[in-house]
Amino acid sequence: MTNIPAAQTIKDSSMLKQKEMITGNYSKLETAAADGRKVVATFVPGNLNELIMCFDMLNNLPEINAIQNGMRKKTGGYIMEAEKRGHSEDVCTYVKADLGMIAKGNIGPDGQKLPDPDLLLLSYTGCFTFMKWFELLREQYKCETAMLHVPYQGDGQVTQNMVSYVVKQIREEVIPKLERVSGVKFDIDRLRENLARSARAEEDLVWVLESAKAKPSPIDAYFGGVYYIGPIFTAFRGTEDAVEYYRLLRAEIGERLARGQGPVTPAGDMPSERYRLVVEGPPNWTSFRDFWKMFYEEGAVVVASTYSKVGGLYDLGFRHDPDRPLESLAEYCLGCYTNRNLPARIDLIEKYMDEYQADGLLINSIKSCNSFSAGQLLVLREIERRTGKPGAFIESDLVDPRYFSPANIKNRLESYFQMVDQRRAGGKSAARAA
Amino acid sequence: MHAFIGIDLGSTTTKAVVLDENMDVLGRGITNSRANYDTACKVAKYEALLSARFMLLQRGLASVAAAEVRLEDFLGSLERSFRLGQFVEQIEDLEATCLEKAKGRRFEGREEAIAEAIREIFVALRADAPALFARDARRKSDFFRDLAGSRFMAVGQKIAKAANISYDLLLNVYDKAIIEVENRPPSGDVTEKLRRAFERLIEISPELADLVGQVSAPVAAALAAEIEEVSVVGTGYGRVTLPFPKENIRSEILCHGLGAHMMYPGTRTVLDIGGQDTKAIQVDDQGIVENFQMNDRCAAGCGRYLGYIADEMNMGVHELGPLAMQATRSVRINSTCTVFAGAELRDRLALGEKREDIISGLHRAIILRAMSIISRSGGVRDEFTFTGGVAKNEAAVKELRQLITENYGDVVININPDSIYTGALGAAAFARRAISQ
Repeated sequence: MTNIPAAQTIKDSSMLKQKEMITGNYSKLETAAADGRKVVATFVPGNLNELIMCFDMLNNLPEINAIQNGMRKKTGGYIMEAEKRGHSEDVCTYVKADLGMIAKGNIGPDGQKLPDPDLLLLSYTGCFTFMKWFELLREQYKCETAMLHVPYQGDGQVTQNMVSYVVKQIREEVIPKLERVSGVKFDIDRLRENLARSARAEEDLVWVLESAKAKPSPIDAYFGGVYYIGPIFTAFRGTEDAVEYYRLLRAEIGERLARGQGPVTPAGDMPSERYRLVVEGPPNWTSFRDFWKMFYEEGAVVVASTYSKVGGLYDLGFRHDPDRPLESLAEYCLGCYTNRNLPARIDLIEKYMDEYQADGLLINSIKSCNSFSAGQLLVLREIERRTGKPGAFIESDLVDPRYFSPANIKNRLESYFQMVDQRRAGGKSAARAA
Repeated sequence: MHAFIGIDLGSTTTKAVVLDENMDVLGRGITNSRANYDTACKVAKYEALLSARFMLLQRGLASVAAAEVRLEDFLGSLERSFRLGQFVEQIEDLEATCLEKAKGRRFEGREEAIAEAIREIFVALRADAPALFARDARRKSDFFRDLAGSRFMAVGQKIAKAANISYDLLLNVYDKAIIEVENRPPSGDVTEKLRRAFERLIEISPELADLVGQVSAPVAAALAAEIEEVSVVGTGYGRVTLPFPKENIRSEILCHGLGAHMMYPGTRTVLDIGGQDTKAIQVDDQGIVENFQMNDRCAAGCGRYLGYIADEMNMGVHELGPLAMQATRSVRINSTCTVFAGAELRDRLALGEKREDIISGLHRAIILRAMSIISRSGGVRDEFTFTGGVAKNEAAVKELRQLITENYGDVVININPDSIYTGALGAAAFARRAISQ
């Protein structure tokens, strides 16, 4: 297989489409005040984008700004700024990157000024830090706040009571505040239309993610996956743009699959697939490219990842449902990956290991994210026990460049890949297997 | 004879092991890693091949009808004679390099005085040399840099003062020269040098006269035997810089796992505390790695921790263990951060705690940190093998034994006197097996 130069791969229509969508949204945010548009700030897991759209409001996601800033290597300075203002070194670095950015003039990742939010919509509470984050933002902006309390799946399931509880809050707390702030009356038929579009895009996304079951996998479900989930996890779910993006993406991946091609990487097509991995935990964003390179250079493909499920576990069958609009929003919030208890997460990873024929599980443990990190070693051991496949554990951070030690991480990954080789050759003596 | 070589490029030292076809260890070599892994690799390999040559000598002498103790003594003397020859050679190189560095505008007008002082220093260094390699001589280090450096400084200060020239200037010349000399791997034919060492030894040791007739032939045979390097495998942090293909490079996790298995086939858990990382490795009954954990966001609790503490105490790192063993109690050190532990150390000293008790506490702190990494990798399984430079430290070993017994009960704990070579041994085994496939 020949390597396609990176420049050529960038021309994929889906990538161009996504870029256009993101830039478009930042431009709309910049001119929101002039255009008379109201702005909601909200989080990725459990975001109610379809509902927000019903009120002609724009959606600004602080987590996404932190990620985008991380990839543009701007977060180091923002985090220092936040620490200077009294935020501890151990606080979630998304929070500090956001607060630092605000303190330095609130210029968004692509250089455009971000608007003050008119409403802080805390739509998911499985991450306790979110609540504290919005407390700080409320202090900053003195704006209206809506809090949707989403019960944790402590017993590993969503009950009817839990759904009713969330629906009641959407109806009695969230919608009235959205109406009040936006001045637009809620129209459930509009919501149904948005949800129908979401479901169409979700269908195509799941097809793309599941294409990784093929050998070789035509996608990388972690490093590539974070791009694929972009539109559906953020301000675009429920839009025609998202439907179009996923239609294009599915067609492109379909072609790669038909041609037996591996994933696209920043260095072009991956020539050969040597290791198939499942990855748990978010990626490091400040050294994203370097981190990815450590994988594709060794022929390691991530065939399934849990991070690509933080904004919805569509591959388990969930779809937004126009016939049960508020209930399906509630179920969506309740079903996010980080809202699942440890046994459910372990079951999910085991299923991925099996269905995607993975060689092993790799955990990237994030220093400042307890939502993800708590219990990860238990997950690792249990998966090793159940599948007999080797696991590995590396440590880094989300957007704090100080917590990514490339030499050590590369060393661990190389050791891990060689360990996979050794174990594959199993039965023989260790040295002979080399 | 076919030789299979494993090289472990560590952050502090570089180790090499030579195996024969039967996977028996022929030789081991170690050197400081310098900032130049290429040279370190060459020197370690040279040392290992030299030690392999001594192994051949030993095997050759097995047939000689003389008391074992005499033969051992003969081999020891031969090695000292060789080392002395090598040391003198390097001293000469260092002198020439120093003289070369002491030229140019900075030295204008003083060139001759400085050259004179340098020559005088080296006369003293050469005169000192035989004592350094005398029987039972105690050396703080075996590395040329350390041996030559400490003597240069001691002698240089006096000579500079007497000649009324700047000691700093001399030191500056030395600093520049030692880097060059240290990075020149030993040249010349080892066997030829050994032959000369043998001749020198006979000359100066009348007590060996009766042995000469018996040993001459086996010595000549052992020196004539060809050692052919069949395959070399590298490991360690510097491994990417090794001048051989990727297939001949293995991660140190795999090498330590396999090396520990070769030393003790019953090994299931390996702890390696090296200069800049601590690794806990679980292996199966074939030495295949099942799981591993390393420190990675922070280097607290590694060998360097002890190095730092030794610097703070103005001691050699090898003196720490023996001092800690004299402790009557262990002062609790809370900090896992190397730098903070230094602060705690000064604080405890100021409070009047005894040095040995504090150092004992520091050893406990490093081992506690290792215990945490072990537990993350799956705990201690029987048998347990402790490797790496820190395994040579008796105080660290004592703490480890105690904590393992407390936490995991009765477990066999293996510590090999050559444990520092574990990674290189595993690498050499990979080299041997790669060929047999």
